[in-house]
Amino acid sequence: MREITFTAAAREGLAEEMERDPTIFVVGEGIGARGGNFGTTLGLYEKYGGMRLNDTPIAERGFVGMCCGAAMTGSRPIVDFMFADFILDAMGELLNQIAKIQYMSSGRLKMPIVLRGCIGIGNSAATHHSGSYYSIYTHIPGFRVVVPSTPYDAKGLFKTAIRSDDPVMFLEHKSLLNLKGEVPEQEYYLPFGKANVVRHGEMVTVVALGLMVHKTLEAAALLEQEGISVQVIDPRTVAPLDMDTVLESIHKTGRLLIVDESFAPCGIGAEVTAQVVSRGFDDLDAPIARLNGAHTPTPYSPTLEAAVVPNTETIAQAIRDLLKE
Amino acid sequence: MASDLNINKQTQIALYRTMVLIRQTEEALARSHQQGLIHGACHTYVGQEAVATGVCAHLKHQDVVFSTHRGHGHALAKGVPPREVIAELFGRVDGCSRGRGGSMHLFSPEVGLMGTTGIVGPNILQAAGAGYTFKLLGQSLVSVAFFGDGAVNNGAFHEGLNLAAIYQLPVLFVCENNLYATEVPFSFSSRNPQVGERGAMYGMPGIVVDGNDVLAVYQAAGEAVTRARSDGGPTLIECRTYRIRAHAEGMRDGTYRSTQEVAQWKERDPIKLLGARLTTDGIATQGELDEIGRTIRAETELAIEFAKNSPFPDPRTATDFIYSTQA
Ligand SMILES: Cc1ncc(C[n+]2csc(CCOP(=O)(O)OP(=O)(O)O)c2C)c(N)n1
Repeated sequence: MREITFTAAAREGLAEEMERDPTIFVVGEGIGARGGNFGTTLGLYEKYGGMRLNDTPIAERGFVGMCCGAAMTGSRPIVDFMFADFILDAMGELLNQIAKIQYMSSGRLKMPIVLRGCIGIGNSAATHHSGSYYSIYTHIPGFRVVVPSTPYDAKGLFKTAIRSDDPVMFLEHKSLLNLKGEVPEQEYYLPFGKANVVRHGEMVTVVALGLMVHKTLEAAALLEQEGISVQVIDPRTVAPLDMDTVLESIHKTGRLLIVDESFAPCGIGAEVTAQVVSRGFDDLDAPIARLNGAHTPTPYSPTLEAAVVPNTETIAQAIRDLLKE
Repeated sequence: MASDLNINKQTQIALYRTMVLIRQTEEALARSHQQGLIHGACHTYVGQEAVATGVCAHLKHQDVVFSTHRGHGHALAKGVPPREVIAELFGRVDGCSRGRGGSMHLFSPEVGLMGTTGIVGPNILQAAGAGYTFKLLGQSLVSVAFFGDGAVNNGAFHEGLNLAAIYQLPVLFVCENNLYATEVPFSFSSRNPQVGERGAMYGMPGIVVDGNDVLAVYQAAGEAVTRARSDGGPTLIECRTYRIRAHAEGMRDGTYRSTQEVAQWKERDPIKLLGARLTTDGIATQGELDEIGRTIRAETELAIEFAKNSPFPDPRTATDFIYSTQA
């Protein structure tokens, strides 16, 4: 099968959907003729022009609120934030408006809007260009939250996001954007709320998201040489969250580690833990472990930056420790 | 009074009728609030009826309105039946938001009321967004944001007007400058007391009208709507008006403005002003105007009864409609 990058895969999904549905438009800074800071819309402006590839002023709150009104009236906006950190300037529009309009209108209005941007720590991006924040959106009723880890998932989930009538946060780890992977030529859609078992194993279950899926796979390969068999689960969407796949795995392994580059307090790991404790407690042979990024703003210097995120070695060690329990 | 305008007689009577409908619904709501029938907030529109009436008279059902916490008048002028507004404030299943919203979250997309908002500002942006849809899809429709002077100092005003201007969107930004945001005078919260002239800052026409003169509002809005429908872009209209009742029902109202000031504005009551003109111009007799009042009073009483008899929503539906589909 051909291999393309994560960004190219998502872009292909976007192009297919835009071709099919003239009510779809994209807004963002530099997503017009420039094709996006990360190439997310390359080549589309030439085809569809300025109304569908709409270069915005630096007014995040403004264009998010504008897209909310657009989604209420029959078009399907995609907001391309470049860095997901900039979404925070539009938090009120997101949480008080976009997430609530379907409910407040008792389902008579839909909210078909996709909000995408890159997340994650890396490349000395420093603290204003490194945030992930998916647990915040997951906390709010009304959102779908997607964190893909491969080009294949990026395309399939992005197409589902565009077709969804709910607001979708589509969060792409910056260290994955140039990752190449197999993507079929034909169209396909991936469902929300269906985790992917990316590696089968017997002794311990690890739940990981985004870039951490890849780091965990590296750790699992390393541990295999030590005779440790690791099952790795990528939920792919955190809202909805597929707990059944996680619980099934723990039934077999009896041990759970959650690896999340984002903060621990009230995070995804806390939610997974609570659900396992209430629904799968009897399957546990050891306390649940979490390995998170440090609870800190993200530092700039490479040595400091590396110190605040899990890596292959710290993940491997966390798994070894869990097996000693 | 805008006396040189050429507005036909039926239109003038219709404007009168709509203002009376809003007034009587609001007064009925105020009484209901005192009787404990309204469970949450209730911001009335008494005194400002000419604005919603004069603007919405130009709108078709598919045109859309994005309103504020003080939104009953906009809902009624846009065509939401009074009984649905009242039932919503009573928290009943027949309310226009099926009991999910209350006074500050009225939704009736069927007639183009795309919501009133409990947060000051966002409706300005959403109105721009509706304009974006209309332009993108080549529909000859218009979007209207109503907002108070308080919203003018909010960033949404700046971002929304700028976006609508650069994309030349078919939007009316209607500021109802009633001089106060809760108890804060606009002269305190803004060093520049002019709102209408700010249109120029965004490259769009900015107009100031007497917001208690429904014919003046009707005239200005008509020009703006025509411009918007013919791809001529957005307009900012400042309507100078006054809120007669307290900021919200049940709030004290004596400390930040004088009784003389309120009395002076009552003299300029928009319904009184138009009524006087209609009789002077021989368009209607006082008896005919009184008859309009009586008819609407009877309708309002029926609407209140309807709302009282409407059931409360089934508690099992409390989490319905969060998503378009379940999971
Ligand atoms: C963002 C936000 N801040 C504060 C409030 C509380 N609040 C409700 S109404 C109001 C005053 C609004 O004044 P204005 O916009 O002039 O409208 P008016 O009440 O005069 O119609 C305030 C401060 C709010 N609803 N939203």
